[in-house]
Amino acid sequence: MKLTIQVNEGPYQHQSADSAYYFAKAALEKGHEIYRIFFYHDGVNNGTRLTTPPQDDRNIVARWSELAKEHDIDMVLCVAAAQRRGIVDDGEAERNGKDATNIAPGFRISGLGQLVEGGIQSDRLVVFGD
Amino acid sequence: MSQTKKFMYINRKAPYGTIYAWEALEVVLIGAAFEQDVSVTFMDDGVYQLVKGQDTSGIGMKNFSPTYAALGDFEITKIYVEQESLEERGLTLDDLQHLVWEDEDEDYAEKDSIRLVSRAELGSVLAEQDVLFNF
Repeated sequence: MKLTIQVNEGPYQHQSADSAYYFAKAALEKGHEIYRIFFYHDGVNNGTRLTTPPQDDRNIVARWSELAKEHDIDMVLCVAAAQRRGIVDDGEAERNGKDATNIAPGFRISGLGQLVEGGIQSDRLVVFGD
Repeated sequence: MSQTKKFMYINRKAPYGTIYAWEALEVVLIGAAFEQDVSVTFMDDGVYQLVKGQDTSGIGMKNFSPTYAALGDFEITKIYVEQESLEERGLTLDDLQHLVWEDEDEDYAEKDSIRLVSRAELGSVLAEQDVLFNF
């Protein structure tokens, strides 16, 4: 089955980032295809490489990056949500005159159309959040 | 993308206090460009999003409630409001904005967009959908 996963909550504050990760991993292990993982609302905070959790805690951001690399998954941060919350890639830094970037490997910033298109192209849209 | 799916956007949160309602509306507006069979539902505290006469001047937030009146222009003509959610909050249909759309096939006659449905009826409508966006 082809899946698009939507993550609506930030890491650490809320379990949905963990649940979405374990769901994605389990789905891949079962042979399902992940068409896209779309991060919305505070979920865009899953994509900042500046995250530094304590050493004895899970690194949620690095975990996503590894999953994306291993399985070649398209992981998209909503541009409007990312702009509000200060998640920046090279293109956004240039467009908005920012002096730094913080996007983590494996993520890209794009529009909400990517979420809607994920809903159209996939057999299931699975949403994690409140 | 020739296939058309039944898309429903479900709003369950109050308009202010969290950003869900506003960012959900952004998805609805962007999604309108994809020409799917779209409907929008307001239930639980989400019914407060449609309450008329909102005044956000005291909280420093943009009052985005006028945008709901534009949904008809985006060809979003099916807006479900759950009856029990209204009743549980002491609200009636009269407390909500009057949302309409213009039917091109009937000389642009104005038609009501809001469909008041019971919790049980809403369950059946949900079951008919292909994609549920839940906010």
